[in-house]
Amino acid sequence: MNPLVDMAGLHIAFRTPQGLAPAVRGVTMRVGREKLGIVGESGSGKSLTARAILRLLPRTAQVTADRLQFDGIDILRAGERQMSAIRGRRAGLILQDPKHALNPVMTAGAQIAEAWRMHKGGSARHAAAAAVDLLDQVLIRDPARVAGSYPHELSGGMGQRVMIAMMLAPDPELLIADEPTSALDATVQAEILRLIEDLVSRRGMGLLLISHDLPLVGHFCDRVAVMYAGRVLEELPARDLARAQHPYTRGLLDCMPSLLHPRDQLPIMVRDPAWLR
Amino acid sequence: MATMIDVNALRVRFGPTEVVHGVSFSVPRGASFGLVGESGSGKSTVLRALSGLNPDWSGHMAIDGAVLTPRRSRAFYRRVQMVFQDPYGSLHPRQTVDQALSEPLIVHGLSDQDARIRRALADVALPLGVRFRYPHQLSGGQRQRVAIARALMAGPEVLLLDEPTSALDVSVQAEVLNLLRALQTERGLTYVLVSHNLAVVAHLCPVVAVMQAGSLVETLATDDLRAGRIAHPYTAGLRALAVELA
Repeated sequence: MNPLVDMAGLHIAFRTPQGLAPAVRGVTMRVGREKLGIVGESGSGKSLTARAILRLLPRTAQVTADRLQFDGIDILRAGERQMSAIRGRRAGLILQDPKHALNPVMTAGAQIAEAWRMHKGGSARHAAAAAVDLLDQVLIRDPARVAGSYPHELSGGMGQRVMIAMMLAPDPELLIADEPTSALDATVQAEILRLIEDLVSRRGMGLLLISHDLPLVGHFCDRVAVMYAGRVLEELPARDLARAQHPYTRGLLDCMPSLLHPRDQLPIMVRDPAWLR
Repeated sequence: MATMIDVNALRVRFGPTEVVHGVSFSVPRGASFGLVGESGSGKSTVLRALSGLNPDWSGHMAIDGAVLTPRRSRAFYRRVQMVFQDPYGSLHPRQTVDQALSEPLIVHGLSDQDARIRRALADVALPLGVRFRYPHQLSGGQRQRVAIARALMAGPEVLLLDEPTSALDVSVQAEVLNLLRALQTERGLTYVLVSHNLAVVAHLCPVVAVMQAGSLVETLATDDLRAGRIAHPYTAGLRALAVELA
């Protein structure tokens, strides 16, 4: 069986007046039906790497790769029609902020029904019923009421559940979640991640979880790839995170204040130019 | 120790809706006080009422014994300054760092601008080279240092910090937290720190108050919070999450 995502030597650079600005510099990773976390600080290229799989990059981006495949399909050579069959349908994307990602003038139910019909067809009534069922699957207590609500009437956590329900409509095989809980409170964050984890395991999907929060990713993923300046510096099983070898990964873990282990001074990360090589 | 900040039965309204229902706390001079809670709990609203950004409040607030009124004098702003969460939004995009740092000096009629700006940049560990740059030419951490430098320009005694590291990467957060701690030791500043991050608040503040739905549910020593000596179930829940997901 093909891995869901197979990428090797992925490079992404942006055309600027000053010439090409490299952003992703040779990333190799495979994602099967498992939970892979990509962690890194802002500008490390983690979101670009994930978006390249869906070919959702700005026009100014120049993408090259030795190999970039989704379930055996060559992404770089696929036509728009082939991409539409992957985007949303076989690989869903959840973004950070439901406030910006949902349509403010459509009810939650109508947006989910639209996604459902787009991928599955069927009558409007059937789609509306499917939307309520999907809201039920993302553990919304009163799915019929939420289906009739507009995004501004929903809390952040509720909005993110609506996004997840919409993404689940076409039964995708891969879920790409780009900082899905960074805009949410800690209690809601944990609920949403448990929900994603549960749905992914039960449906046998692959998950690509992108986050700046290393401990969080370690908690919810099987494997973790740590990115820095457009490269994967270290990839390791999530349970071995505490024993990470690379000084950058160690630095990320050490520089966070800890509730249980107070320190007067937090260690400052010293960035070794060798990490860029 | 003398009380620097005294807040008693503070209520804040937004139009017809009361969003802070009688919050009381006090902070000794030179100490740090943490306010934690989830979004909508009212923690930032308390801070904004204290800083004079929200005039629609009732109750008692005093800084160093001087009772606060809805309108604040210039002298108040010389003593009390605020640092906001998003250094992208809180710096004027068309002002250089030099202009941003000059403004408090002009407002308060302080002389010797050149020397003061050089010293301010050094105090927050920024190279002199950033002085004539615009915010978009700086990193997020550098911008937050500029915001802190600006807050310190007129020599305040109280800094109100609203999620000062939430928009920053963890490595930059560590640098800013170390800076805040060093500045407090050097200048005897009094801090009120608002954050949703329990570990960040515990790092800087020996006393933490937990807010939920506009009320203060518990005020406790950080040592008790660390050890789990907690009275309110909501606090216990926040602590459990911070420990589990760290």
